[in-house]
Amino acid sequence: MALFSGPFRPLFAPPMSLDLEQIRRIARLARIAVSDEEAAATAGKLNSLLGLIEEMQAVDTSGIEPMSHAMDLVQRLREDKAVEPDRREAFQAIAPAVEDGLYLVPRVVE
Amino acid sequence: MLNAPLTELSAALAGGKVSSVELTQLFLDRIEKLDGELNAFITVDPARALGEARAADARRAAGESGPLLGIPVAHKDIFCTEGMTTTCGSKMLANFVAPYDAHVVEQFRRAGAVLLGKTNMDEFAMGSSNESSFFGPVRNPWRKSAVPGGSSGGSAAAVAARLAPAATGTDTGGSIRQPASLTGICGLKPTYGLVSRYGMIAFASSLDQGGPMGRSAADLATLLNAMTGFDARDSTSLERAKEDYARDLDAPLAGLRIGLPREYFGEGVDADVDARVREAIRWYESQGAKTVEITLPNTHLAVPVYYVLAPAEASSNLSRFDGVRYGHRAAEYSDLYDMYCKSRAEGFGAEVKRRILVGTYVLSHGYYDAYYLQAQKIRRLIARDFAAAFGQCDLVMGPVAPSTAFEAGAMSSDPVQMYLNDIFTIPTSLAGLPGMSIPCGFDSKGLPVGLQVIGNHFAEARMLNAAHQYQKATDWHLRVPAGTPL
Amino acid sequence: MTWEIVVGLETHTQLLTESKIFSGASTAFGAAPNTQASAVDIALPGVLPVLNAKAVEFAIRLGLAIGATIAPRSVFARKNYFYPDLPKGYQISQYELPVVQNGSLKIATEGGEKTIRILRAHLEEDAGKSLHEDFKGMSGIDLNRAGTPLLEIVTEPDMRGAKEAVAYARALHTLVRWIGICDGNMQEGSFRCDANVSVRRPGEPLGTRCEIKNLNSFRFMEQAIEYEARRQVELIEDGGKVVQETRLYDPDRNETRSMRSKEDAQDYRYFPDPDLLPLVIAAAEVERVRATLPELPQAKKERFVGQFGLTPYDAELLTGARESADYFESLVRESGAEAKLCANWQNGELAAALNRDGLEIARSPVPAPSLGALVKRIADGTISGKIAKEVFEAMWRGEGSPDAIIEARGLKQISDSGAIEKLVDEVLAANAKQVEDYRAGKEKAFNSLVGQVMKATKGKANPGQVNEILKKKLAG
Repeated sequence: MALFSGPFRPLFAPPMSLDLEQIRRIARLARIAVSDEEAAATAGKLNSLLGLIEEMQAVDTSGIEPMSHAMDLVQRLREDKAVEPDRREAFQAIAPAVEDGLYLVPRVVE
Repeated sequence: MLNAPLTELSAALAGGKVSSVELTQLFLDRIEKLDGELNAFITVDPARALGEARAADARRAAGESGPLLGIPVAHKDIFCTEGMTTTCGSKMLANFVAPYDAHVVEQFRRAGAVLLGKTNMDEFAMGSSNESSFFGPVRNPWRKSAVPGGSSGGSAAAVAARLAPAATGTDTGGSIRQPASLTGICGLKPTYGLVSRYGMIAFASSLDQGGPMGRSAADLATLLNAMTGFDARDSTSLERAKEDYARDLDAPLAGLRIGLPREYFGEGVDADVDARVREAIRWYESQGAKTVEITLPNTHLAVPVYYVLAPAEASSNLSRFDGVRYGHRAAEYSDLYDMYCKSRAEGFGAEVKRRILVGTYVLSHGYYDAYYLQAQKIRRLIARDFAAAFGQCDLVMGPVAPSTAFEAGAMSSDPVQMYLNDIFTIPTSLAGLPGMSIPCGFDSKGLPVGLQVIGNHFAEARMLNAAHQYQKATDWHLRVPAGTPL
Repeated sequence: MTWEIVVGLETHTQLLTESKIFSGASTAFGAAPNTQASAVDIALPGVLPVLNAKAVEFAIRLGLAIGATIAPRSVFARKNYFYPDLPKGYQISQYELPVVQNGSLKIATEGGEKTIRILRAHLEEDAGKSLHEDFKGMSGIDLNRAGTPLLEIVTEPDMRGAKEAVAYARALHTLVRWIGICDGNMQEGSFRCDANVSVRRPGEPLGTRCEIKNLNSFRFMEQAIEYEARRQVELIEDGGKVVQETRLYDPDRNETRSMRSKEDAQDYRYFPDPDLLPLVIAAAEVERVRATLPELPQAKKERFVGQFGLTPYDAELLTGARESADYFESLVRESGAEAKLCANWQNGELAAALNRDGLEIARSPVPAPSLGALVKRIADGTISGKIAKEVFEAMWRGEGSPDAIIEARGLKQISDSGAIEKLVDEVLAANAKQVEDYRAGKEKAFNSLVGQVMKATKGKANPGQVNEILKKKLAG
């Protein structure tokens, strides 16, 4: 099986493994608190997975259209009609904190 | 009654031999008796189930009929049910009561099915062993120290142990087929877009697809008839004429061309699994089917591609769980950022967090082209492999998983080993194709083996036909686990 | 050495749809908090977006109006970031493939007409609002606005200075209202501009830019850009460097200030939204929309100059809004008078009265047919321009049609030469001194005599006739 269908050099070389600081940065971006122990414990598993996906880098995909959807279809459009009723009461019954119809969060600083 | 096919249950209900209330009570009693150990259900509400059963009996008394009217069905806890918790197997949603029904739930309700309960699952459908549920692992009825597969492991175990006549599941990379295989039941992942994703909590939107899990191919046809259908609320829902998936069940097999992918046999597959699958294929040959060797050369890339695309989509899909409008919010936090981080750290389990981190990483600046875009391109190569294969055959057959049910905890130290378990189911999901698992025997340990049947887009009726014919000649699907006797 | 101020604008226009871009919730402004936030808008689990056809049509309208390419295929992406007014944790927006590409808009500048290139316009959803009143130290989140369709219109850095930026913003503001896709209400946030400002020495490459937010009036925009440019120039002249950042304009202090930088540099992790398929727009659909477009402001302006002989200045004023241009065309039609006279009246008396009473032209107490009837009476000599102003005021007060007012007040111009001759004779007889002065060469005395005649008729005498008869009598 030919993985290379022509002269091909990978244009990119993503890091083979993530260090703890990178893991902490990603966790901040994903808004997930991780302790140093957790970051260390997860590093091995994450890097094992990244090792798995490195296999993709060897494939020459020049000229291949990316596939974003399972089916090559086009977007259907909805008629512009305001049909949704006010369901605030039902929706806010499951909210952690509300007041005067507003969702409450720790102060947002502008 | 516990082991009867849906057609028989339906006939019994129609003939007045049993009421929906009686039938529902029968299964509720069995859940009560056996589920303490299996943990297949997260939520069972007997009063509500019996209320629905009474309503179904009333509808029948009023002259209504239908193949699912009064039949108890369990839903995977990923489908939103109004007025009943929908947890997705997560602490994040442990108390979440959706203010709406999923389209699939609506469809079953319309057909008169009784909501028996919500089944256990890997947290946010991420897993192949049902060990990542916040509500504890599910046990395999065939061997309680083994996993039932995942992520629809609760539905699989429930059907296998006859706690429910049928159940729904969802499949993103094999989450219907692999647990069906590991528990000796039937499960079908339809062509992407046939079953609406509305109200089905998203894992990886471009791959997620709901589907039926049941005891036989004929049952799956009945369930699929209820589940499918266009839904304007899902942009990826297919606008197609409604079809009867049972229409070809009794069609002859002669002339059927079965493709056997070179990559699905041999190295890496348990000898017992390989043997059972080959035996099943020989049976098809004996019925006049032709086998043809095909190649799906990018199969080895499917797992890497999947573990880029699915976590990427998941990392974004799961951003809405931020503790602001619903779901878990940390009790203490110093500011908004801290509230987000703590709520999500507490609400999500380890596997979910890991996948969110991977997804966040592969989408992040500087890596997008190398990971996400590259994965999308290889996804197309994988889809093309199938398109080429279906020029040579009508159906593709092979194993569902390389092995039978593995022991709980066996793969927890190296998740990648577990991920590789899905190597034969993931390619189908990436290509948006329908795939199913039917029982085809047992390994030397007495654990079930599944035969995978893959069709081209919209070939469900043909797949069910092939499976049904096999099940008329075999009784693997009728076997009941010894540990959960009738 | 001088500095050149370079400005590019990004304008978020809220589209005038009835429902949201991806849900069936109402977009009406001012509802009680969260009563117009559907399951999709608050991002409950499992619910999905479906695209609003009207939002797409409006994007096409704008694209056609700026002579842009309507992308046959465009893609919705997710822009990922956490913020409480963004319920999904991502904003659905168009990133790599926007629906509208490469258009332009002409603006009038001191140096003449100038073309501003518009790089793109893309569809996206608006966010909700964070309210910072004190809820026990918390902020309140209202998601009514979440999911309101926006068309973000992005220019190239083609404007030089605050005045050009404002001219572009005004032209775009006129255009989006003209084609009916946005109400242009800046106070309610329907039309929001962000300015990318940089400075450079003429001929040098572009400088580092800062993005200025919170420009919710044209006046603030001008002040903010001027302030920001000054800040950058001073910074550079003091040996400093401009840092690329987002800055907020504070109108109370008339200054821009750096928005607190986020914990991490933003990494939006854009990727195509798997819940939405590619938006495909057929050529036939583009043509269908094109057929519904009105004559555009630029074309109308050129026609007003070419067909009616108006000055570019008058034409510019008249095409400031579609209602104004429609009024003018109706006025010309109804009056049957010269366009120039109509323009003078609309841009003069009418504009002053509207301005005085704070009214939009569409709600003028004197609609175009009425003003037309008045202008017609000027044109046919029934009344003089001066008298017409008095009639106009009466019409404004609701006293009736111009003819009725002229009749009731006896304002009809005296054009009967016999009557005027008689009056002239009386005036000449009573003003022997002025007659003598005039005949002695004092031209001024003539004007005084005309004034006497006009006074005697309460201004109703036809001034031309008075002049003529007076001259004849004095000569004779």
